[in-house]
Amino acid sequence: MSRNHVTTTVNGDEREFLCSPGQTLLDALRDELGMTGSKEGCGSGDCGACTVVLDGEMVCSCLVLASEAQGRRVETIEGIAEGSQLHPVQQKFLENAALQCGFCTPGFIVASKALLDKNPNPTETEVRYWLAGNLCRCTGYDKIVRAVMDAAAELRQERTAA
Amino acid sequence: MNAPEPKDAFKVVGTRPIRPDGVEKVTGKAIFGTDYKAANMLHGAIVRSPHPHARIKSIDTSKAEAVPGVKAVITGADFPSLEDIIVRMGESSGSTVDISTNIMAKDTAYYDGHAVAAIAAVTRQAALEAARLVEVDYEILPHVIEMCDAFAADATKIKAAINTVGLGEGEQGRPNASLKFTSAKGVAAAAMANAVHVVSGHYSLKPVHQGYIEPHAAVAAWKADGKLDVWCSSQGQFDVRGLTASVLHLEIGNVRVMPLEIGGGFGGKTTIYLEPVAALLSKKSGQPVRVAMTREEVFRATGPAPGGEIDVKLGADADGKLVSAEIEFQYSSGAFGGGDAWAGVMHSVNHYAIEDYKVTGWNVLCNMPKHAAYRAPGAPQINFAVESAMNDLADKIGIDPIELRLKSAVKPGDPSMMGSKFGEIGLIECLEAAKAHPHYSAPLGKNQARGFACGTWMNYGGPSTASVSLADDGSVLVTEGNPDIGGSRASMALMAAETLGVPYEKVNVTIADTSSIGYSMVTGGSRTTYATGIAVIEAAKAVINILRERAAKMWETDVANIEWIDGSAVCTDADNAGKSFTLAQIAAKAGATGGPIAFENGVNPLQHLPGYGAHICDVEVDKETGNVSVVRYTVVQDVGRAIHPAYVEGQMQGGAVQGIGWALNEAYIYNKDGRLDNAGFLDYRIPVASDMPMIDTVMVEKPNPGHPYGVKGVGEVPIVPPLAAVGTAVSRAVGKPMRSLPISPDKVYAALNGG
Amino acid sequence: MPDLAYHAPDTIKQATDLLAANKGSRPLAGGTDLIVQMQSGRVAPVAIVDLKRIASLKEIREEAGYFAIGAAVPCTSLKNNKALVAEWPGVVEAANLIGSVQVRNRATMSGNLCNASPAADSVPALVAAGATAIVTGASGEREVPVEQIPTAPGKTSLADGEFVSEIRIPRQQKGGSDAYLRSIPRTEMDIAVVGAAASIVLDASGTCTSARIAVGAVAPTVLLVEDASKALVGSKLDDAAVAKAMAAVSAACNPIDDKRGTVAYRKAMAGVLAKRVIQIARERAGGN
Repeated sequence: MSRNHVTTTVNGDEREFLCSPGQTLLDALRDELGMTGSKEGCGSGDCGACTVVLDGEMVCSCLVLASEAQGRRVETIEGIAEGSQLHPVQQKFLENAALQCGFCTPGFIVASKALLDKNPNPTETEVRYWLAGNLCRCTGYDKIVRAVMDAAAELRQERTAA
Repeated sequence: MNAPEPKDAFKVVGTRPIRPDGVEKVTGKAIFGTDYKAANMLHGAIVRSPHPHARIKSIDTSKAEAVPGVKAVITGADFPSLEDIIVRMGESSGSTVDISTNIMAKDTAYYDGHAVAAIAAVTRQAALEAARLVEVDYEILPHVIEMCDAFAADATKIKAAINTVGLGEGEQGRPNASLKFTSAKGVAAAAMANAVHVVSGHYSLKPVHQGYIEPHAAVAAWKADGKLDVWCSSQGQFDVRGLTASVLHLEIGNVRVMPLEIGGGFGGKTTIYLEPVAALLSKKSGQPVRVAMTREEVFRATGPAPGGEIDVKLGADADGKLVSAEIEFQYSSGAFGGGDAWAGVMHSVNHYAIEDYKVTGWNVLCNMPKHAAYRAPGAPQINFAVESAMNDLADKIGIDPIELRLKSAVKPGDPSMMGSKFGEIGLIECLEAAKAHPHYSAPLGKNQARGFACGTWMNYGGPSTASVSLADDGSVLVTEGNPDIGGSRASMALMAAETLGVPYEKVNVTIADTSSIGYSMVTGGSRTTYATGIAVIEAAKAVINILRERAAKMWETDVANIEWIDGSAVCTDADNAGKSFTLAQIAAKAGATGGPIAFENGVNPLQHLPGYGAHICDVEVDKETGNVSVVRYTVVQDVGRAIHPAYVEGQMQGGAVQGIGWALNEAYIYNKDGRLDNAGFLDYRIPVASDMPMIDTVMVEKPNPGHPYGVKGVGEVPIVPPLAAVGTAVSRAVGKPMRSLPISPDKVYAALNGG
Repeated sequence: MPDLAYHAPDTIKQATDLLAANKGSRPLAGGTDLIVQMQSGRVAPVAIVDLKRIASLKEIREEAGYFAIGAAVPCTSLKNNKALVAEWPGVVEAANLIGSVQVRNRATMSGNLCNASPAADSVPALVAAGATAIVTGASGEREVPVEQIPTAPGKTSLADGEFVSEIRIPRQQKGGSDAYLRSIPRTEMDIAVVGAAASIVLDASGTCTSARIAVGAVAPTVLLVEDASKALVGSKLDDAAVAKAMAAVSAACNPIDDKRGTVAYRKAMAGVLAKRVIQIARERAGGN
């Protein structure tokens, strides 16, 4: 079977992999690059556990062909923290106990950061609708929404201070 | 056991520190079921029946075997035959014949999605291609899906031989029933005849899925010495080990199960589906094999909680005190025996003191996947019927729903349905707290209405093992055998830190594989913080005793002169009075004072107490479309004592939202051919973030005297009351009883328009 | 299984050549339907022709007579075009009800149209707006009304090798606006049980001079309900006229019972949603 050679930027690093033409970006991240932080909960774009940011926009990596990533920028959960310094969204998820099993968490964190990058002061309703594509079965969403609102407040404060 | 310590004595119990595994989980590093990869691993794929009921005449695997890269193909014929042995499997039990048959069909496929063959190949793609080339010759048999069809006296019998329990001569006319169970007290019919107020109703529920976001996955390596290693996510590695060993006829000690992080279970991961398949493929291929389900496979072949058809009749005296309950119901159990009817009976009126009642439950087989435990298994369905009827009764009498319940609510010392006397239960406290909550008396907006319900789950204790050991710098290492499904590492660390008198941050918690610690029953039954917590606390206390002995040696005094205060050994003998060694100082000298400091402790505590919750729900109904929005929701629950309050609240909120989903949108939908029509998250509609309001929580803390820190199980209770709380709110908004779940917009619309 | 090939041409010419040369190939825009269908084995194209590297297909052009929306423009990008949002808020809203934000960052209106689902959210809005599709193939371009693209669930009028390269929406008339609503059991992430769009033009007196009402998920393809237009045009969109339009919409429906809804519910909802979108469009158009 023919394999495509793909060169792409993942979390700022240039990466190369071979993929079959029908392989998804999610499978390539997990199987070819060993980055298993992005999860497959459905494989059909319905759960958001595989959320990554592709050229600045969040997408379900299960709905992207790996070949499409040629020359593009991919940001995954593995790139959210800077070294051991957690991003405020990650820190607030921990402080608010916004995860129980933790399986949907990477997708939620990537999606939440994507929201706050675009909208530093979202309302609760905006947070809920933005995250409607990310399913969580454990928390009932309450603590997740609170964590995102908290992170937004902290980021606003950081920006003001800076 | 001593009474729990007073709350204000605690230093760390009741605080909300960051969970020990948190950073791994927010950075994507935690290894879940499908994340684990073994060296030289093959990839599996499963061939599944497209028919709900069919005899397997033959299976031709030759074309599949010819696909390049295919290393092994198995069918039901590759499984060991089994004697019918009951084995423990967490909250339910089942025969190994049923479990093995459910894992892979032998001569008959019993449901759409039933596994009939499996492939292992060098790539997932090759395995999938080979799976498509397996040729199965089916003889299609009549199928039965809906409960009313399955329970009919003239129903098509879906299995020649059904193990029946409790079916007397007169009841053999139910071809698909596997259990009839009755709990009765007094003479319910006579008491009903004397009741002043009587309400009755028929209630219906569809099967629903647990809906964990992580699909099942397992890696198995059958080693040259005949031993088996398994890596998987589950609610209990020990029960995966036991069941896998049973199905494969292996000695338990030859199977080692490594627990991976679990991406949700809610009861659905207390059993096994893939482990023996991966093991047999590994045995045949000589390589480790990973078998993972797609989401569609999860819906078609795992889960569901039973659907139910329930008749309820409640009678009360002039004052509103319940005097009789007559209840009969059927629960679907899928194509196999067992089921939740027993639990349904025992949770029907276990929250009310009633002198006369008769409750009968049936388990009924149908051509659906084998039922699996789902959070308080069997309780939400019956509670929906009973609590909806209670609200009807309140309306009929013209009394406040909480007042009505207070007249009959069980209290400590009352007899339970189980035949024992209730201990320090907290239903009345929950009802009082709900009544006092501002939500209960808040004004409602246009097209809004409020529902209330309370409910119970029995909870459990049972066997757990934990060890506590110290490193020579004073680090505390807790090792346990229960997967952390929602923050239990944090609660174990808090209890160990509290007991030892050390900071939370000093405690590290590891969840060990089945060869590295003693048996621990599944993380389920709301038992882990209670039972495994006791194992941890007692192990920590044993370590304190060792530390006291070591300190005594260091001071050359009698151990009786050593007290353990706030993490230090304090000497009380005359020579050294007031001197102290910290835990770390003693640990540093362990080599010189007797060797490593460690204690492993197996426990089997059974002083768990039932949990109770009271829920208030406000909905708004769009009268033109029938759409229902939950606009406000409050969960009140007796939690005993919250070790880590944030994760207790999380259980309350998550359980409530699962119940709201069950009430409004979730259901298995089969087409006329008996195929599951909504095997995906698009059409199996679990709640999304924008569907929900914040979920307010009130933790009532009435400590359990049977736990050093007062713990009661909290995980399951919160899914019990929402069905009736939501259903009643919608019924009131609509002005008609909504007794069939899910209460979808088209049903509401029909009710509003004379349907 | 035949090998699949992935192509990412830079020009429309390359794309049409590739599609023509590989019988059984499929154009890839957002991929939110195609990739799911490939993963589940429902479709097995021999080649994928990714349109997202073709610069002209990633643009929204504001021409004098129409907006041209390239086949590779994701739904969320529509919200960034102020003129489009001002003139066709209903179209932009409809496209931004599909799936989740993640999905809409990929999904395109051309793809939504060519997937030919009777429940596609953007299609009723496009039909109501009088949009056309530019169908491109090896032999050139043709412009067809969008309602002529889907012919049955999952089927289109496109010939092998053709694809929709652009959707054109006429510039809004003075006094005109539109709206789209759908009925779903949840608040997001659902397929429309019923969808309804209205495009309304009012004159200075508030009299309706043009009305196009389209409904989805109530027939094998999206319906443009002529009788609803007749009921509304010439009226001031008073209650009686709207009620007549509602009845016309319900009568035009030919839905099925399926896992997402019943015949009776769909017919009723088509009327209710039609009423609501007419009211919203009227308000947006400046009526009272």
